[in-house]
Amino acid sequence: MEMKETIVEKLKKNFGDTVQDVTDFRNELSITIASNKIVDVAKFLKEDPELEFVMCKDVTAIDWATRKNRFTVVYHVYSFKNNYFLRLKSNIVEETPVIDSVTSIWPSANWYERETFDMYGIVFNNHPDLRRMYMPEGFQYHPLRKDFPVLGIPGSLPLPEKI
Amino acid sequence: MGLEAKLQQDGFVTTTIDAIIAWARKSSVWPMPMGISCCAIEMIAAADPKYDLARFGSEVMRFTPRQCDLMIVAGTVTYKMAQVVRRIYDQMPEPKWVIAMGACTSSGGMYRSYSVVQGIDQFLPVDVYTAGCPPRPENLINAVMTIQKKISKTRARDFQDQPMINPVISNN
Amino acid sequence: MVQRSTIYSDEKLIKKLLEDKDLTIEDALDNEMVINMGPQHPATHGVLRLVLRLDGETVLSALPELGYLHRGYEKMAEDMSYIEFIPHTDRLDYTGTMCNNVAYVLAVEKLLGIEAPKRAQYIRMMIAELSRLTAHMVAIGTYAMDVGAVTMVMWTFREREKIQEIFDRLAGARFTTSYTRIGGVASDADSVTIKMVRDFLDQFHSALDEMDKLLLGNKIFIDRLEGIGVLSKEDAIALGITGPNLRASGVAYDIRRAKPYLFYNEMDFNIPTYTDGDCLARYWLRGDEVRESVKILYQILDKLPQGEILANEPKHTLAHKAEIYTKMEELIHDFMIINYGINPPVGDVFFSAENPKGELGFYIVSNGSGHPWKMKIRSPSFCNLQSIAQLCKGAMISDVIAIIGSLDPVMGEADK
Repeated sequence: MEMKETIVEKLKKNFGDTVQDVTDFRNELSITIASNKIVDVAKFLKEDPELEFVMCKDVTAIDWATRKNRFTVVYHVYSFKNNYFLRLKSNIVEETPVIDSVTSIWPSANWYERETFDMYGIVFNNHPDLRRMYMPEGFQYHPLRKDFPVLGIPGSLPLPEKI
Repeated sequence: MGLEAKLQQDGFVTTTIDAIIAWARKSSVWPMPMGISCCAIEMIAAADPKYDLARFGSEVMRFTPRQCDLMIVAGTVTYKMAQVVRRIYDQMPEPKWVIAMGACTSSGGMYRSYSVVQGIDQFLPVDVYTAGCPPRPENLINAVMTIQKKISKTRARDFQDQPMINPVISNN
Repeated sequence: MVQRSTIYSDEKLIKKLLEDKDLTIEDALDNEMVINMGPQHPATHGVLRLVLRLDGETVLSALPELGYLHRGYEKMAEDMSYIEFIPHTDRLDYTGTMCNNVAYVLAVEKLLGIEAPKRAQYIRMMIAELSRLTAHMVAIGTYAMDVGAVTMVMWTFREREKIQEIFDRLAGARFTTSYTRIGGVASDADSVTIKMVRDFLDQFHSALDEMDKLLLGNKIFIDRLEGIGVLSKEDAIALGITGPNLRASGVAYDIRRAKPYLFYNEMDFNIPTYTDGDCLARYWLRGDEVRESVKILYQILDKLPQGEILANEPKHTLAHKAEIYTKMEELIHDFMIINYGINPPVGDVFFSAENPKGELGFYIVSNGSGHPWKMKIRSPSFCNLQSIAQLCKGAMISDVIAIIGSLDPVMGEADK
C-alpha cells in the first residue's frame, strides 16, 4: 500500500495536472498521464532513486472505437528495486494519433512501439526505426483497429498464382 | 552356352522399367521439412527414436529444396510466408510431392483471421492432407505411406518432358 | 489491386540495414555484402528471418524480420469468449504448451477475482513444471544440434516423449493439451498418472547425467560457445529480456519467487544464475533449471492435496459434463456461459507467469461483456529476440547460429 501512495504523491508533486487519473483495480495501479508529458514522466520514473522503474515490460494500445479520445497507449513498467509493477496510460485523439517515443528512456520499447504502430497506426515521434513489425511493408491497414474485419480485406494481401 | 542357361546360373528378375523406377523412388523419399510452427515439433518427433520415420526410408531431412522430392508443409502458412513457401517449392526438382500437415495447412484450421491463408491448396498442388492439430506422428507416417503408394503407381514417362527444375521463379 | 512485389518489398529493411552512423566512406570495406538468412533455415527455430550485413566473415549489423507466423491472435481474441481462447494459448509457445494454459487461466481468474481449489492449483503447478521440462528438452536438444551435436536431440526427444505420454493420459492429447479451465482443470489426475510422473522422475536423473556427460565435458562444444554473444546485466534489463536469458546475465529475477502465483511460495527451490551472460551460460542455466523443476515436482507429488478440481463458481466455471446432462441448474449455467460468456467486471489486469522462455504476460481489458475488449499477449520470445541485433554485431557469421539457439526463441509466440 505504501508504495502506491509514494508513487502517486511523487508524480503529483512533480507534474501536477499532468496526472489525470489514478485507478486501482485488482491491486494494480494505473496512472493516466497527459500525452505530451509522457517522456518526462518516464524519465522521472526511471531516474528517481526511490522508484527506479528500469524495465519496460510492454507497450500497447487500446482502441475504444467510439470515445472522443479513441486510443489509449498503455505502458507496463517494472522496478526491480521495489519489486513493483506500474501501468501508465495516455489518451490520444483519433485525428492525430501521435505520441512521443520512450525508446530513449527504455530501449526495450523499440519493438513494442513498432508493433503498436503496425497494429494501430499510432505514430511514435523520434522513434529510431518506425517500420511495420509483423505485416508486410506495403500493407495499407492496421489490423487491431476495431473497424478492421477479423477476416481481413480481400485482395489486400495477394497470394502467388495457383499452379 | 545359351542365354537361358547363363541366366539360370546367375538368377534373374523380370520387371518393367516403370515399376523398378517407381520402387526406387518410393523407397527413398527425401522430405523437405518446411517446419513453420507447432507441427514442426511433431515432425521432429516422428523422426525420433520412438516413431522412427527411418523405417520408411524418409528420415533424410534435407533443409535445401534442391535435394528433396517431398515437401512437408508443417504449420500455419500466413500470407507473408506463402511467398516463401512457393519460392521454395519452385526450387525443388521434379518429380515432387506435397504433404499438407495439419488443419491449418489444409484449410486454415482454427485460424480464421486476416493473415492466415485458408488452405495452401490455393497456391500449391497438395497430394496428401493430414488431419489433426497437430497430427500425431503416426498420422504423419501414414501420410508418408500414402505418398509412397501414390508414387508406386507413377510411370517414368509421366515426368519425361518436364524440366528438372522450374526455371521461372515468380516474383510478382 | 496492388502489385505483390510492392506489398512484400524489403526496401525499408535494406535501407535501415545499410544506414550506419559509425561507418563512413573512408572505411574501405573490401568484402562487404548483404546476405539473407531465413525464414526457411534449419537453425532459426521456425520462421525467423535475419538480414546480415557482412564484412568478410564479420557481421557489421543484423536486422531480424518477424511476422512470417503472425496469426492474429489478439484480433481473434476480441472475437471469441474467454473460454474459447484456451485452445489458442497452446499454440503460443508450442514447446511448453501447458505453461501457457496455466498462465492464461490465471490471468482470467485474476480479472474475475476467483480462485481455483487447492488440488487444482497443485495439478496446475505439476503440469507447468512438466511442461517446462518438455520445453527445455527441445531447447537443449535443438541447440546442441544447431552447433553440431546431433545425438543430443535424439536423447532429449526420447525423454520428452515420456512426458507427452503423461499428458496424453491426463489431458487426452499429447501435444496441444488445452487442459486448464477457468476455475480449475479439465480432469483429475488419478493415481496412475501420479505414478507415471513419479516413475518418470525416478529415471530422469540418470538420463540427465548421461546428457551432461555427453556435452559438458566436450571441449569442442565449450570452445564453440564460451564468450560468444555476451549480454551484460545492464543491457539485458534495458532490452527487457526475461527468463533464463536474463538469469544467465546475472539477474536473479524469477516471477515464481518475485510475485509467487499458485503455491510456488510453499516450494523449496533455487534460482540458478550465471554472471557470464554468454551462450554457454545460457545453455548451462537451462540444464540447472531442469534439475530445479525436478526438485519442485517431487515436492508437489509429496504434498498433493485431495479435494475438488473445479471452483464452486457457477457463473464463471463450466460444470462437469455429467452434471450438465443430469441437473437443471448446471444446464442453465452451461447454456449461459457458452452463449453469453463469463462477463467479468469492467477493468483491466496484467498477469504474468514464469514460462520456460521468460515472462508470459496477458493484459486483458474487459468492458463487462463475454468477449475481451482487448487482449495483449506479452510474449517472452518477442522481447528476447530484440537483443539479437546487438549480440550479433561484431560476431562471426557462424556464431550467429549459436546466438539464435542460445536465446531459444519460439516464433509461435514471438509473432503471435
